[in-house]
Amino acid sequence: MFEGLPILSAITFIPLAGALALMFVARIWPKGDDQGLERNAPRVALIVSLVVFLLALALTIDFDSADAGFQFVEDTSWLGGGIDYRLGVDGISILFVLLTAFLTPLCILASEKSIKTRMIDYMVAFLILETLMIGTFVALDLILFYLFFEAVLIPMFIIIGVWGGKNRVYASYKFFLYTLLGSVLMLAAILWIYNFSGQQLGAPTTNMERLITELKIPGGIQTWLWLAFFASFAVKMPMWPVHTWLPDAHVEAPTAGSVILAGILLKLGGYGFLRFSLTLFPNASVELAPLIFWMSIIAIIYTSLVAYRQNDIKKLIAYSSVAHMGFVTMGIFTFNLQGIQGGIYQMLSHGIISGALFFCVGVIYDRMHTREIAFYGGLVKRMPVYAAFLMLFTMANVGLPGTSGFVGEILTMVGAYQVSPWIAAGAALGMILSAMYALHLYREVIFGEQTNEKLDDILDMNRREVLILAPLAILTIVLGVYPSLITDITSASVENLIANFNAATAVAGN
Amino acid sequence: MLQTISLFAPQLVLAFFASQLLSTGAFAKKDISVGVRYFAVGVLVLYAVIGFLLGQPTGTAFKGALIVDSYSHYMNFFLGMSAAAALMFSKSFFQTEKLDRFEFSVLVLYCTLGMSIMVSANTLLALYIGIEMQSLALYVMAAFNRDSLRASESGLKYFVLGALSSGLLLYGASLIYGFTGSLEFARIAQVITADGATPGIIAGMVFLLCGLAFKISAAPFHMWTPDVYEGSPTPVTGFFAAAPKFAAMALIARLLVGPFGDITTQWQQVIIVLAVLSMFVGAIGALTQTNIKRLMAYSSIANMGYALVALSAGTQAGVKGMLIFMSIYTITVIGIFACILQMRIRNGMVEQISDLAGLSKTNRGLAIVLTIFMFSVMGIPPLLGFFGKFFAFVPAMEAGLAWLVVIALVASVIGAFYYLRLVKIMWGDENEQEFVQAPKTLRGLAVITALLIFPLLLLPMISIPAQSLISQAAASLF
Repeated sequence: MFEGLPILSAITFIPLAGALALMFVARIWPKGDDQGLERNAPRVALIVSLVVFLLALALTIDFDSADAGFQFVEDTSWLGGGIDYRLGVDGISILFVLLTAFLTPLCILASEKSIKTRMIDYMVAFLILETLMIGTFVALDLILFYLFFEAVLIPMFIIIGVWGGKNRVYASYKFFLYTLLGSVLMLAAILWIYNFSGQQLGAPTTNMERLITELKIPGGIQTWLWLAFFASFAVKMPMWPVHTWLPDAHVEAPTAGSVILAGILLKLGGYGFLRFSLTLFPNASVELAPLIFWMSIIAIIYTSLVAYRQNDIKKLIAYSSVAHMGFVTMGIFTFNLQGIQGGIYQMLSHGIISGALFFCVGVIYDRMHTREIAFYGGLVKRMPVYAAFLMLFTMANVGLPGTSGFVGEILTMVGAYQVSPWIAAGAALGMILSAMYALHLYREVIFGEQTNEKLDDILDMNRREVLILAPLAILTIVLGVYPSLITDITSASVENLIANFNAATAVAGN
Repeated sequence: MLQTISLFAPQLVLAFFASQLLSTGAFAKKDISVGVRYFAVGVLVLYAVIGFLLGQPTGTAFKGALIVDSYSHYMNFFLGMSAAAALMFSKSFFQTEKLDRFEFSVLVLYCTLGMSIMVSANTLLALYIGIEMQSLALYVMAAFNRDSLRASESGLKYFVLGALSSGLLLYGASLIYGFTGSLEFARIAQVITADGATPGIIAGMVFLLCGLAFKISAAPFHMWTPDVYEGSPTPVTGFFAAAPKFAAMALIARLLVGPFGDITTQWQQVIIVLAVLSMFVGAIGALTQTNIKRLMAYSSIANMGYALVALSAGTQAGVKGMLIFMSIYTITVIGIFACILQMRIRNGMVEQISDLAGLSKTNRGLAIVLTIFMFSVMGIPPLLGFFGKFFAFVPAMEAGLAWLVVIALVASVIGAFYYLRLVKIMWGDENEQEFVQAPKTLRGLAVITALLIFPLLLLPMISIPAQSLISQAAASLF
């Protein structure tokens, strides 16, 4: 369908073009009609992001899932010295592109009413953010990847810092500096690889395809480089014990910011592990897999317990995100088909479910302006539709069979069981704990007697809110009962990844 | 004779017109400062491009005292352009402060002449003459607002410490002369190749480097920087934060790979110490600053550290990395000062960081431009500052200095904090005051530099030729 067209560039840069157009329109808009501008900005942004979504959807349909390599590749010289502008998608990255393109319009729709100030700036920041997120997933050049990966910090810092809650300054600094510190270590490793590729391959390059297939990094150094990449991805993910920025950032970010943070940004870490750690440093990955398993299990159990003790709904969901990301890292580092497929599945499903949960929090926060669990109670009588939606997403978060959450968790645990039953047992314990905090939250907020008089005239969800949550609900169930929708697309690339991985580790084993 | 003229056309253009303008101004009946300024800008642009117009001639002249190569052509272009930009952005400031005198433009021309001699120096004597010519002009410019106590103080401080550094430099030069018997770079290199690193030569080299470290305000020779930056009139600060730093850095590079090219291991240690100290002094010192000019002073200290990281590799790629880094840094600094000069309320200029509060509401364009600059100096991609650091650190990595790169990157994270604070104040805080409408030149300059930083120079049709130009410049040193 897209023969010879730079479709990936188009998907990546249409939001940016939309943002620039929005800024231009804001400049030439007649003075004094600020309201008209504020009203129309979200519509423009929505249309732009819907176009991107449709393109991404068409791309996914056009994608040849039997081909394990990169497709729709674009390759143009850029900075010289082996650093070029290369884009491409394979079975692993294409779904993340789709997820990003899918969540962004919903976020824009959700922000239309909840954002009270500086609507144009907000929409511009969001569209730029979309460009950068998609760019991260489609970049096939180490430097280009780093460029997008790191640049995400700029709009996110501004979104949290400007439209965030009371403590937004602290949260945005913490978010920025934490992730920056992780990333610069990765940058040091990238510099090393760039230099090393010059020695081993004749000319320095950051072409991912060439690095993956041709570069052979010696064992001892692999470990250091792996750790440097790990520093970046573990913070992004976030893994225990460097997860502490996440609850702060989530609590302070506006609803749509939280959705993007949980839905997409956390996936950058997992995607990075898959794309870089496993392919570039296979031996170090094997060597350090136990570390990952320990950290994952601790994350799953510890953060689940922490989540149970939270008073703030958003914080509870934030901690549950950390626990669920534990499943992802555990799955990826089993190095088998089920584990990695499960890890990808879990990331996608968590993107949908946690996004939906944050939208749900946004619904009641917009009405009552508090996220205290104790404030609520007995909402089922006032907001039956809301209760139904929240029920679905809570259950999906717990991993109830029939929802997408179940598929991801069971696949990662099957994968982990092949490595060690104990790891799987630890993760299973985490599932029980997740039921504990999720049901606790649901009971406290939805059931029980309504004691708070302020809730007397709370309204149920309006059409716009249903419109946001309905697609997420449908996806949660569809992916829960028909997993091959996703696994068919990913399997060829994942099998290829594992084959390469096994070949690399087998050579070193001799 | 004719060949010498074509070689030194840039310097001759500067010297001739600077003298002409000086005498014209001295005998003019009325104030001609506006005309002189525009004329001087024209002269600087001509100076910047004339080397390229004449087809980049190369060679030495004046009995080998000065050398012209791709390196000096590249530097002339950059120095001329940034001096021209500084002259442009000084216009509105001096006019509103009623300080506009034609001497300022002439001083900028003489200072640029000094810098162009620095980057073409081929003997220790030419090196010293260039530095002194540049510095003397700078001392006067720092104290240009002679009725202001702060400006006089900063001029005096700059002069005393500058004289001290010149003393160190001369002492080093005399030691080198004593131990090699020559002032010419080529001859010094020969003697060092033959004799190896004798203690006298090393001592001389260290003194030379210390003297030059003053000029680039590398720690631990940075003490004068914050005071002088704060006290001088803002456009002057903007001028000497950009071009003179670059010129001194270029001179260090020529000195290190030229006469001292054979004792890389010896000077590498000195450069590494200077780099590490500068990065941390700059990053940590800036954390508590409330005056934006002082902040920029510490920021420049840190950035000199990053440039020294590139030089510490001691390779051609290292010089290229330094050139790329300093070029980007120079553009950024000019842009930032074009923004700082727009910070004017009805009662006059303001310099506190807190004065920027709520800028994104009152002056969106300025806020966006300044935010771009802040993220760029922080080194966040896709802004050009990131690529500056990238190309500065790759050669150090190549030279096996991975630990130094990691230290530099960690220091840049610490540094990120204070740039972030500026962004936060502009976008997050509530505003108290509104800046008056800035003149078109300032706004235009800020926007042009911001476009250069992002995204014009990232386009492949610009980035690849620019890189090959810089590679050629770096190669001509070896």
